[in-house]
This record gives sequence, C-alpha cells and structure tokens, in this order.
Amino acid sequence: MRIERRDFLKASGALVVAFSLFGSGRGTSAADPPGLPPPRNTDKGAVDAWLAIGRDGRVTVFTGKVDLGTGTKTALAQMAAEELDVAFERIDMVMGDTATTPDQWLTAASLSIMVGGMELRKAAATARQALLVRAGQKLDLPVDQLTVEDGVVRAKGDAAKTVAYADLIGPDGFRMNVDPDIQLKKPGDFRVIGKPIPRVDIPAKVTGEFLFVHDFRLPGMLHARVIRPDELGARLVSFDDSAAKEIKGFVQTVRKRDFLAVVAETEWAAIKAARALKVEWTAGTGLPEQKQIFEVWRKKPVAKEEVNQTAGDAPATLAGSARTIKATYEFAIQTHASIGPSCAVADYRDGKLTVWSPTQGPHPVVHEVAGITGLPKEAIRIIYLDGSGCYGRNGHEDATADAALIATLIGKPVRVQWMRADETARSPKSPPRCADLEAGIDANGDVVAWASEFHIGVNHLAVNKPLDYPLLAALELGLSKPEHYTGFLFRNATAPYAFPNIRVKTYHHGEYIFRSSHLRSPGRLENVFANESFVDELAALVKADPAEFRLKHLSDPRGLAVLRAAMDLAGWQKRPSPGPDAGGGGSVAKGRGIAYARYNDTNTYVAAVAEVEVDRGSGEIRVTRFCVGHDCGLMINPDGVANQVEGGIIQTVSRALMEEVHFDRKRVTSVDWETYPILRFPAVPKVELKLIDRPDQPPWGAGEPALVVVPAAIGNAVYDATGVRLRSVPFTPAKVKAALAAPTPQRA
Amino acid sequence: MTSYTLKVNGTERSLDVEPDTPLLYVLRDTLGLRGPKFGCGLTQCGACTVHVDGQETRSCVLPISDLAKGAAVTTLEGLGSTKNLHPLQKAFIEEQAVQCGYCVNGIIMTSAALLARNKNPSEAEIREALAGNLCRCGTHQRMIAAVQRAARAMG
Repeated sequence: MRIERRDFLKASGALVVAFSLFGSGRGTSAADPPGLPPPRNTDKGAVDAWLAIGRDGRVTVFTGKVDLGTGTKTALAQMAAEELDVAFERIDMVMGDTATTPDQWLTAASLSIMVGGMELRKAAATARQALLVRAGQKLDLPVDQLTVEDGVVRAKGDAAKTVAYADLIGPDGFRMNVDPDIQLKKPGDFRVIGKPIPRVDIPAKVTGEFLFVHDFRLPGMLHARVIRPDELGARLVSFDDSAAKEIKGFVQTVRKRDFLAVVAETEWAAIKAARALKVEWTAGTGLPEQKQIFEVWRKKPVAKEEVNQTAGDAPATLAGSARTIKATYEFAIQTHASIGPSCAVADYRDGKLTVWSPTQGPHPVVHEVAGITGLPKEAIRIIYLDGSGCYGRNGHEDATADAALIATLIGKPVRVQWMRADETARSPKSPPRCADLEAGIDANGDVVAWASEFHIGVNHLAVNKPLDYPLLAALELGLSKPEHYTGFLFRNATAPYAFPNIRVKTYHHGEYIFRSSHLRSPGRLENVFANESFVDELAALVKADPAEFRLKHLSDPRGLAVLRAAMDLAGWQKRPSPGPDAGGGGSVAKGRGIAYARYNDTNTYVAAVAEVEVDRGSGEIRVTRFCVGHDCGLMINPDGVANQVEGGIIQTVSRALMEEVHFDRKRVTSVDWETYPILRFPAVPKVELKLIDRPDQPPWGAGEPALVVVPAAIGNAVYDATGVRLRSVPFTPAKVKAALAAPTPQRA
Repeated sequence: MTSYTLKVNGTERSLDVEPDTPLLYVLRDTLGLRGPKFGCGLTQCGACTVHVDGQETRSCVLPISDLAKGAAVTTLEGLGSTKNLHPLQKAFIEEQAVQCGYCVNGIIMTSAALLARNKNPSEAEIREALAGNLCRCGTHQRMIAAVQRAARAMG
C-alpha cells in the first residue's frame, strides 16, 4: 500500500501535513480520524489560504477545485509553479478538503482553469512579489535587481548573493491579502504554462497504486448498502430483515422514514444482506409514456418565459418571406453512465462528521449534508477523493449523503458503495429538450429571419451559491427540496450566425420528469444540436456548401479560424449537401457534415467535421472520423486539452448514436450496460485535432465545449450521405431506417 | 468460513472467507488490492479483470470456491509498479492514455492477455479484443495507441 509523501511544517500551533491517506494512527487529536491534516485558514482573500512554503522549499498549494480525472491537478500546479517561479516538481497539491482549502464552489462548467486557476495565479503572484520584497531587504538590494529561479532569489549582477524562499518565510506564513490587481506573468516569459507536462496522477492509475475513494479504508469500517424502490416515488411501508440477519457478518438495519440500509462487517455480506431483505413499498408516483415524452415535456407548466435574443423583427419578416422552413428537434433523456458506481466513506465521532467523497463540490455539498444529518455545517468536513469520471452530478453526492447519514445514525465509520443499477437508474438525469426553429429566406436565397423556441428545464444561474439539489436521502427523509438547479440550459440557444432578424425564446418548465442534473455541456449540447442542424438545413435549401454558408455568416476571426482548421484537417470538399452517395442505392452511403459553436456564446470556439458511413439495410451509422478545430485561448497544458477534447468527442458520439434512458410507466428500466449501452472500442471514430494556441488570450475551458458540435455534425453527415434529416437524438438504427423508408426526406 | 489458498501476484496467500465470496472482494477487501475494480458486478464492463492462471478473467462474480487450490492470480499490481513498470503500463503513461482511470485496470489486463497470445495485433484486432471493456471518458484512441506502442516495445 502506497503512503503519500509527507511534509511536516513546524508552525506555531498549526501542523500542516501533506496528505497521508492511510490512517497511520498519527492523528493530531483524539477526535480526528488518524492522519488528518488539521484545519487551516481557508479565507480566499489571504495568500496563506492558497499556499505554504516548507523548510525544505517544497510548496504546498491548496485549492477547492478537484481533479475529476481531467488533469486539473497537473494544470493548476503548472499555473502555481509559473507565478511563483518554482519548478513544477516542487509543488504538492491539496484539493477539495473543506477544512484546509478555500471554497472555489464546484469543479464544473469548465471553469477550473479559467476562474479557479486565475484565482490561484493571483495568490501565487502576490506571494512571489512579497518574497522578492523580503529578499530585497535581506540582500539589501532593490527588487528590480533580483531574479528568481526555482524558488531561489538571486542578485542580477552577483551570483553569490542568493536566498531561498524557504529562508524568507517563517512559520507564520505570509499574513497578507491576495492582490487582485497583481501583475501576472506574460506569455512570453512562461516556462511551465503551455507545456504538455505529463499528468501527475497517471502513473499510479496504471499500476493500481492510486487511491480512489472506492479504495479508501478506515480502521473498524463497516459496509453498507442502501435499499431503494424500483418504482419512482414509492414510499417505504415495512421491511423484514430476518433472512438478512442470518447472513454472517450482518450488523444491523438502518431505517429513517423512507431511508433504508443494511450494514455489515464485510462488503460481500452487505451485498447479500441487501438482497435478503424483504421490503414492502407503496406504489410509485408513476411516469409518463416514454414514446410521448416530448409532448409531455412541452405541456409541463412554464415557470418562466424569456426572450434571449432579438434583432430586428423576426415574426414580421417571417410572415413576409419568399420561403420559410420549419423544423423541430428533440434530444432524449440521458445519464452519466459512470464506469464506477458512486461510493463514499463517512466517519462520525465526538460530534464531528468527516466524509471522504468524490463530489464535484466539497464545499457546496456541506450544506446538503448538514440538512440531511441535522448537524451544523461547522461539524462537517468533506475530503475529496477521486471517484470514477462523473461528467456533471452523477450519484456522487447521493452516495456522500447516504454515507453521512448512516455514519451519523450508527456512530461507526461506514462505506457506502452504490451498485450498478443505483448508478445507471437512480442517479439524476439530463432533462429532455425540444426546440422549434423557423427561418425565412428571401428571393435571393439569403436568410432574412431566424426564430427559435426552446423548451428547457427551469434554470437558475446559481454560480457560487450552494446548490439546492434534491439528493435521494433528503427526499427519503421528507426534507423539502423544491428546486432543481440545472445549469446554463439557455446558453447557446442564441442564433450562432449574423442574420438581420432574430428572435430566440426559451420556455422554462418547472416540473421535471426525473431528478435533473448537469450532464456534460448541459443545455449547450442540445441547443447547438438544434441550431447547427437547422443552419445545415438552410444551407441545403439554398444549395450552398454547408461550410461556406457558415463562413459567410460569421465575422468573428476566431470562429472563422476553427471552422477553417476543421475543414483543412478533413480535406473538406466544397459542394452542397446531399453528396454523391445520397442518390444511389448502395448498401453503404458515405457522407460528411460540419458544425460550429462558440461555447456559452462567450468563450471557447470549436468546429468539427464528421465523416460517417450509413448502412442502409441495418440503419446503423458508423462514425469513422472527427476532425476538430478548437480555440480555448491560452492552453495551460496542451496535451491535457487534447485528452479532454478527444474524450468529449468520443463520449458524445456515443450519446448521439445510441443513448437514451428507458422507462416504463412505473420505473426506469435502464439499469445496466445492456439496458443502457454505450459505444464500444470497435465503433470509436478516429479523432484528429487542430488546437489553436493563443497564449496572449485568457485561458478558457476545454472539458465541455468541443462536444457540443458532435450530434449536429453527425446528423449533417448523415444528411450528406443519404439525403435524410435526423432531428431526434439518439440516432438509433430504427430511426434511420424509418427515415430512409419515408416517401420524402422526413424527420427521423 | 473456509480457508482457501491462492498465489496472488507471486505470493502464496491463505484466505479465510465465505465460499461464495467473489474473487473481486477477496482481492480488494481481504487483501487490500486496488487494481481490480467494481464496475457492474455483472461481467458486462471488464473493470474487474484479472488473470487467473494466465487467463483473463472477470473477478466480480467468480466465487473463490470455484478457483483451483493454489491458482495463480495476477492483478494490475502484479504486472508492474511505478518503480518497475510493465511495458504496457509504461506505454499508457507515454501516451497519457488515461482520464479518470477507473476502467484502466480492465483495459490493461485485457491488453496484456491479448499481447501474450498475439505479439503484433492489428488495430482491428486490438479493438476487437477490447470490445468487452467499457470506457466512458472516451480515452479509447489513446489506449489503442498505447497497446500498439507496448507491442512494439515488447517486440
């Protein structure tokens, strides 16, 4: 078992310990679980909240952001190393411990580098400046006569005059505020930012040495399984644990209102006990007919109506247009399908609760755990440990609450592991989406009006606030959680191109079908699908090459650049769609499609060309290649960006082609990999990237933007191949065959 | 409880567990190994893959009582460590073929079994061999490149 590096700093009254994750018994007080670093100053305004310099010159960086498997641990360390002028190898990162790291809200919305990293850079730059001032005093030189290299300050003219950072800062730390206006390093001076430094977590992950939350153990830890009904909304009537009690290792059943769990000494005993439990539930609250989900969705009460974009007078212009075209797009309910079902470990003793959790939001989730356990927030500590990739509020927070509740009720350390059906069926889901678009074209073939209406889930922009999110345990305890904060669903609804008359409206439906969550690129993915498919329909109508049509209506040079980059990579042949295979009757039709987006309308630019083969007999779409142009401004770690962009593209090919949560009138029937299949190795396309680096620009996110263009690019390629338009995600073979068989090119 | 003898990563172990305990939980909970992972418990995803007597095996439903006495079990840890990397592990690092890393045990153990029987697999053969392993982060392309790199290194 691997022991993490230790680094002890002597400080007056506070011992700072780089994480020892395997309780060695060296606790700092009787009340803390063994090996835990003591709480420290986490006030974001203080430099000391962000970093500490050890006697040996190692730098510990504290951040509320976490690494969800995306490489932020490495990239954020690069940013800190850069501003502080220390070697990358000197940095130790502490991430996501609510007692020792500043609150940087969630790790989400592709903001880790853009916002989280910038906060860190400012703190590090402030620290460096302070160290230079101290060095100047010590060496009796003005600051402009000094340089720094790897944590050692040197006089510019005299190599003998040096002093190390470790000798400039005492155990009291910096005791100063972060200067929000501190000058940051210029791109021309970067040593570490911009380098494809290998990720620090990968070696341990490929050797089985890495500690996931699933691997975390505490002395005396028990194992629990939570038992939940199949039918949505069913309530607990009674249970009979007589058979469960016969299982060797069974400890107890835990029940609070509708929350029900079994606890055992071993994991296998917990699993068997859960299966042996006989439970009576009420009938559930029912579900709509899956086939009618979009009609049902449209009819849900509208909590809010917004006009998101206006130019000119679209309704009037449409009425007077020479030609109009209309289309409706739909995007199914999908789920995260994390490979590793959620898991958390909790320990409650002496009135204090510690939860080792894979949550995206250690600081925000404290509020939810407080409500569920009844403990004051000050008594709760959340410590991040990696889970399986989660892609935006999967079951992680639920498992966290489950473990917290059980530990609080039984007073013993407990590990909760969700089973496959829990993760696939019970985790929150992305809301459905439908959009109606209409455009008007004049006699010259120019688009004169664009009108769109999107039916989205009700949206509260709750950035930097704790999220009120209905965790299962909260619902089961009868705690009222009326709100669903699903992020940013209206973004990218706006028309992507310059047309003279525009009106974009969103209808926010307040009643959800399932608990709603922010599945990767929430809102933007579905909105771009509609917009970029519709633009393609317009291009086809006026017999324009779809790439040229987009270039013609775009003036932003960075947008034009990503489009051209994708076209270049793909060897784009200029011609309108549909292409040569569409008229033929061959068994396999080939085509290419393009799509473009500027993420959130305000940051990362991306364009992609998809190449597909459509099997007319089976209706299967094979995506053979994706060529992507991507501009996220300054790239901290270009390989990290590439990894995330490729990954997002491949993941979303799966979503576009095959993913849809299935349910009947009572329950979710997608419970495992057979009932919610995802793309497998043989079907994965080649992904080629052109990452445009703009070191003089602010760094934007790369975790979510690229994938928003995937469904439209594929749909547009299918149109190019077959002349058939797909307007409903996922593009299942059944839908493709139905569309091919329809007498005229129709919606699928 | 019954006592079972297995050779795990080269070391003989005596394990006192219930006969129906799946090998996965013996490895993870009794022996504290981290390599094999719980992904589904249904043999659908491959995250739990280990080698038993050289054969790639899904450990999540295999009861320990079904293993032969003294059977040799190899986990990801047995393939290599950060101090002594197996060529596949080295290749995965060089290709940076990991995102969240949860599936990577299954990918590497399955690839190791592939390379043991086919020293120079084509890309199509690699994709087929890994068809039973799921990755959700979309790291497939890099993983294929890593297997190809390892095949070249292992000659």
